[in-house]
Amino acid sequence: MKKTMGKKEKDKGISVNLISRDKLEHLTSAEKLKYIINEVKKGRILVLEHGLTPMEQTALIEHTMKEIDQDTFIGIEIEGYGEDKTGLLQRLLGIIKKPRMTVIGPAHLIKTIHKDNDLIQTMIITGKRS
Amino acid sequence: MGIFSRLKNTSFSKIIQRIFGKKHAKIGIYGPPNVGKTTLANRILKDWTGDIMGSVSEIPHETRRANWRKNIRIENGNSSLVMDIVDTPGIATKIDYKDFMNTYGLSKEESRLRAKEATEGVIEAIKWLEDIDGVILVMDSTQDPFTQVNVTIIGNLEARNLPILIAANKIDMEDASPATLKSAFPQHPVVPISALTGYNSETLYSTMVKHFGKKRRKNRR
Repeated sequence: MKKTMGKKEKDKGISVNLISRDKLEHLTSAEKLKYIINEVKKGRILVLEHGLTPMEQTALIEHTMKEIDQDTFIGIEIEGYGEDKTGLLQRLLGIIKKPRMTVIGPAHLIKTIHKDNDLIQTMIITGKRS
Repeated sequence: MGIFSRLKNTSFSKIIQRIFGKKHAKIGIYGPPNVGKTTLANRILKDWTGDIMGSVSEIPHETRRANWRKNIRIENGNSSLVMDIVDTPGIATKIDYKDFMNTYGLSKEESRLRAKEATEGVIEAIKWLEDIDGVILVMDSTQDPFTQVNVTIIGNLEARNLPILIAANKIDMEDASPATLKSAFPQHPVVPISALTGYNSETLYSTMVKHFGKKRRKNRR
């Protein structure tokens, strides 16, 4: 069912939430994905201080496809920096690569303009709240 | 598990494979929509079996179910590798049926059906990642390579320790820039090709045999 937004909610604008590493760190991968999908489906844009691992990102794409509703949710826009590089010594010590800052939002509200190793440029699409 | 019990549970062919490398590999053709995955699969099949894999179209998400062909022997001089080739649907993070209507003129019903099947196709493509030995990641060399889909697929395969070969496709286009792809992903072999014209396909085949035939241990997730 198509969700309509009241005037009061429209006036609030688009919510951009910066999520700390600590908030997601204690969650399991499944809990993280559930949290992200729920927030994004509510029309929120999330900036994660620590992004998702490649396996979690793949699972997020899979979950997103299952959640797509052609009239209310067309999917997500996600962009993040590559994982931190680890040296030989760190790898020997079992230190795993850490995902870095990532932005995730509903595809009808956020669009990537440019991305390279040092810059992720996105644009919030105004006037498309539902 | 001790070395003797490990040996007991390992078939002779697997031991030989670990020592001398692979002779048979299941290879997935992956990438975002409309980069030429099926055109490449058709090229490989046409060159080595005379067959084709599936239909191609300028409308994204033409391939919405994975197609595969078994036992394709690809030769490179004195060596060869038998491959099962899996042509997967394009992976995307969003699918809007209105794009098919507004950009490609499909009817609303056709567009909605295509979008629904495309979402199922993405899920199927991701599930296939569990069951392959290596990937040809097809990228459009006229486009920005730093898309999240490319980065996610590469990260996923690296975590599984699976070999990746990047096919920098559409090299026949005027604005193609395979050098950008090479500099973006220097850790993996990049072969500039035109799946449409067959340009540089010999280099692609020799790289496939060398790269996918190497012995390596796969990390299961």
